[in-house]
Amino acid sequence: MFLKKVLASAAVIATVALSTTSALALTVGFSQIGSESGWRAAETTITLQQAKDRGIDLKFADAQQKQENQIKALRSFIAQGVDAIFVAPVVATGWDSVLKEVKEAGIPVILLDRTIDSSDDLYLTAVTSDFIYEGSVAGKWLVDAVDGKECSVVELQGTTGSAPAIERKEGFEQGLAGSNVSIIRSQTADFTRTKGKEVMESFLKAEGGGKNICALYAHNDDMAVGAIQAIKEAGLKPGSDILVVSIDAVPDIFKAMMAGEANATVELTPNMAGPAFDALDAFLKDGTLPPKWIQSESRLYTKDDDLQAIYDQKKDLGY
Amino acid sequence: MNSLKRYAPQLTTLAIVLLLNYLVFPDFFKIEIANGKLYGTLIDVLNRGAPVALLCVGMTLVIATKGIDLSVGAVMAICGAVAASTVDSGGGVFMALSLALLAGLICGVWNGLLVSVLNIQPIIATLILMVAGRGIAQLITEGAILTFNDEGLIFVGSGSIFSIPMPILIWIAVGIIVTFIVRRTALGMLIESIGINQRASTFSGVNARVLLILVYMVSGLCAALAGTIAAADIRGADANNAGLWLELDAILAVVVGGTSLLGGRFTLIGSLIGAMIIQSINTGILLSGFPPEFNLIIKAAIIVIILVIQSPALQSKYIEYRDRREAEKPPADKENAS
Amino acid sequence: MNMDQPLLKATKIDKIFPGVVALDKVDFTLKAGEVHALLGENGAGKSTLIKCLTGAYHRDGGDILLNGETISPRDTLDAQGLGIGTVYQEVNLLGNLTVAENMMIGRQPKKWGMVQTKQMNRQTKEILNQYGLDIDVAQLLSTYSVAIQQIIAIARAVDLSGKVLILDEPTASLDAKEVQMLFGVIRKLKQKNIGIIFISHFLDQVFEISDTITVLRNGRLIESVTTVDISSIDLVTMMLGYELGEETKLKEHDGVERETLVEFCNFGHKQLIEPFYLAIGKGEVVGFAGLLGSGRTETAETLFGVTPHDSGSATFKNENINLSSPRAAIANGFGFCPEDRKTDGIIADLSVRENIILALQAQRGWANPLPKSEQDEICKKYIKALDIRPTDAEKPIRLLSGGNQQKVILARWLATNPEFLILDEPTRGIDVGAHAEIIRLIENLCEDGMSLLVISSELDELVAYSHRIIVVRDHEHIAELVGSEITTNNIVEAIAADLNVDNGQYELKGVIS
Repeated sequence: MFLKKVLASAAVIATVALSTTSALALTVGFSQIGSESGWRAAETTITLQQAKDRGIDLKFADAQQKQENQIKALRSFIAQGVDAIFVAPVVATGWDSVLKEVKEAGIPVILLDRTIDSSDDLYLTAVTSDFIYEGSVAGKWLVDAVDGKECSVVELQGTTGSAPAIERKEGFEQGLAGSNVSIIRSQTADFTRTKGKEVMESFLKAEGGGKNICALYAHNDDMAVGAIQAIKEAGLKPGSDILVVSIDAVPDIFKAMMAGEANATVELTPNMAGPAFDALDAFLKDGTLPPKWIQSESRLYTKDDDLQAIYDQKKDLGY
Repeated sequence: MNSLKRYAPQLTTLAIVLLLNYLVFPDFFKIEIANGKLYGTLIDVLNRGAPVALLCVGMTLVIATKGIDLSVGAVMAICGAVAASTVDSGGGVFMALSLALLAGLICGVWNGLLVSVLNIQPIIATLILMVAGRGIAQLITEGAILTFNDEGLIFVGSGSIFSIPMPILIWIAVGIIVTFIVRRTALGMLIESIGINQRASTFSGVNARVLLILVYMVSGLCAALAGTIAAADIRGADANNAGLWLELDAILAVVVGGTSLLGGRFTLIGSLIGAMIIQSINTGILLSGFPPEFNLIIKAAIIVIILVIQSPALQSKYIEYRDRREAEKPPADKENAS
Repeated sequence: MNMDQPLLKATKIDKIFPGVVALDKVDFTLKAGEVHALLGENGAGKSTLIKCLTGAYHRDGGDILLNGETISPRDTLDAQGLGIGTVYQEVNLLGNLTVAENMMIGRQPKKWGMVQTKQMNRQTKEILNQYGLDIDVAQLLSTYSVAIQQIIAIARAVDLSGKVLILDEPTASLDAKEVQMLFGVIRKLKQKNIGIIFISHFLDQVFEISDTITVLRNGRLIESVTTVDISSIDLVTMMLGYELGEETKLKEHDGVERETLVEFCNFGHKQLIEPFYLAIGKGEVVGFAGLLGSGRTETAETLFGVTPHDSGSATFKNENINLSSPRAAIANGFGFCPEDRKTDGIIADLSVRENIILALQAQRGWANPLPKSEQDEICKKYIKALDIRPTDAEKPIRLLSGGNQQKVILARWLATNPEFLILDEPTRGIDVGAHAEIIRLIENLCEDGMSLLVISSELDELVAYSHRIIVVRDHEHIAELVGSEITTNNIVEAIAADLNVDNGQYELKGVIS
């Protein structure tokens, strides 16, 4: 299976290389952080796919979590005379000088997935998701789902102090504002399944065996998957006894939704490249300046969607 | 009676931590049977404490030889990944367990060879696998969480026999078996003698080289079991997070349990009590409902108090105090007592 | 400076450790511009005296006068400030710094708080030039040989202190040429009127470089003499504590033809001991005599596989045997009581019982434990036979006295029923009573047919129980005494022979016959 994937990506790279023969094709350099998570792997797959679909020659560089590798990659993109550069920056600082070089070379830069602390005239635009918005989508879904009834929610937070944990909590609370839904317990589970299960076990014990809990909100799907097992082992039905809403939309949560064990998830889309290419096209065609920040789509998935189809589409992206 | 006295500091600490848990959560000691399985917070402590309890069995032996094994967390990730990918590609639970144990054994042999043959300091030698191990695990799982539905393997993590969850049975069994082996054979004494004075032990013909490899092998096997349980628990192998930082909890458990990091005399039972103390603290914090920002501070504060209470300086002060009180007792009292 | 006034004068220095008087009213006088050798066997009190002079220990009595003024250094740094510098055998400088940084550490020339590297290098070069050393001071210290490092350490110590320089076994890891280089430096320092205390086990070096010799033994001052006035044989006599002509015991060659138990041919190790031939008969006691560092312990450790031999072979009952590790030696019926009980012998935290059965258990393997009843029986037997006190076998061995610890180690080996037992200084540091018991034990064991190799500085003991004595010097077996030749006289003569022919006061007379 591993080998298959290597071959597949080799094939993608080979096609990309072949397309360089076309003189008219656009050449874009893409400096990716690495492959530290399933989501990141999916982002890479989709970016390559998007480039292929649009007939763009994508030069891909994996930075293996190191900024110096990204800076090297950017300089080599300049040397190769690419038409544009996409960067998923590994850190927020230290970009000024290399981005100035890129700017002097007249190459537009688009940031994917994360932003940086440099002045915003050094890049064309940044395509990122909005964690607060994601949280509020989840919160609003829950408010609608309970339809005015009172509902006590337990919350599984991400790693304490991390931006997604802080903002997804804030957004969720905004979504709940003015409703009968309230958070009764909130604890970190470090974005992991193991902790998700362990912390959910303690929530269940602390809240009368789970009888007092109406819904679970998890800052990512992995924690929700762990918590779902804890709920099942406590003899309750996740999805009906306790509603489950989480964020990310990784393939495994679709399996749980198909089994009726999870109710909703908000997608952190791995398709950052699509909007980026759109903005680039417009800019290159007639100089249309995109806004400095393009918010990626944060779509809500529930049982009303064709879950099987989405799962099938997602499962081979490398999650 | 005598042995109970030996573990008095650990048991007292455990009792106090459990009492604190009872205070923040009155149903702490309530145990019922749900779904044919023991169910309750106390059971959670025993169940969730399984990985650290297993790790600290191997860690105790390694520390007794004056070593340390930092790689156990990463070895958990490797072995969990091996077990998951075995069932993923159609192998049964026994095959998965055997291959996971084999992987753990290989990791242990690697550490053991670095320490005993190449004479690399244990902290450095095991650091290598600690860093590289997660990479190896990621190669096996291809960077994603490798999920599985094999009922046999899941049983290892969440099944039960006689209503007792499997992880509890496994760590207690491993604890008993290893204690039995090291104390009924000469292994325990020879390990201690290496830890106290390796040179003198070698002079006496103790095969330090082989014994050192052996303890790291035991540590690897324990980590393999812990990793399999952790994967089976969440029905998936998470290369990035399985066993993350658990090596530190295991070392802490050994120290809290009364074995010195300087090597020598060790107590497996003490370490297991130590593991339960640490898990009780973790569970207590979750039950308390404090905001998560306080988790680490509370844990650190409790552990500092435990270590201060168990510190040699305070212990000798206590003995001094006790002796003085004994001496001050009127002699008639003593006679009456005897 | 008044030349009659000594540079450093220590009078009636006492130092007491729990249970041991390490220094007993020792006097020591050092003149300016003199090289003063401090001699004595292990435990004589040399290092204790040095540590009292440099403030590493606090003396329990006596006075130290430097240039006529009483001093009481709080620690080595304080002593350095007063003018007393020390250089140890293991150079205690930092290998990962440059030579100049080592020289100037803590007092680097600074400007605006920045280290002036150029100036520092120049100053260092100037200092080293005085010692005839012209090297690149910007290189890391570790790139230079031990001898150069030694000289740099001396230069630093002299630069910092400037009055008294203590050299603690400076030549231990140098070769002959390097020793001469070091001596050149020492002679230069003499001319600068620096007083030098020189500690060494190499008597020929002592005779070559020193003006005065002070001998300590068992914490007492034996004598201070000028070097030209003493013969090497007198010196050895003083160090070992025997008077010539005071014969302890004359043994007739017992004439018994013993069947050879173990035979070593051309057996040796490149750095430790020259290849030698040694055959030991059944029930024979072979004594090893020689000064500290002569190669006696090295011989024992090579025989036992602690540092495996790199030349020659060994046979046991006429069959070739492997002696590549202690385990292998033990498998062949060897046993070894090492000299340094604390680091090589006892397992401090284990009980007396565990210490006694350790070697036997290791031989049986971990999977084959000795039953508790058998352990108790063995312990009971040896605790009684060797009169080990206290008799409680469950006490940690660290709580026992030195003599009793030694008996436990002996019991450890006797429990394995060895055929060939090596004892390295079995009576060192133990009280008189235990002393006599151990000697009796050695005699009994040999009567029972065990072969023994005993290393000892106590010559009269050696003479009392040995059938044969090998004398070791400069990592070489130089003489063998048999039967009536075994006298303390002959041993001392053999050790001292050839040492200072320059002095012309002593010539070797037919010791090796």
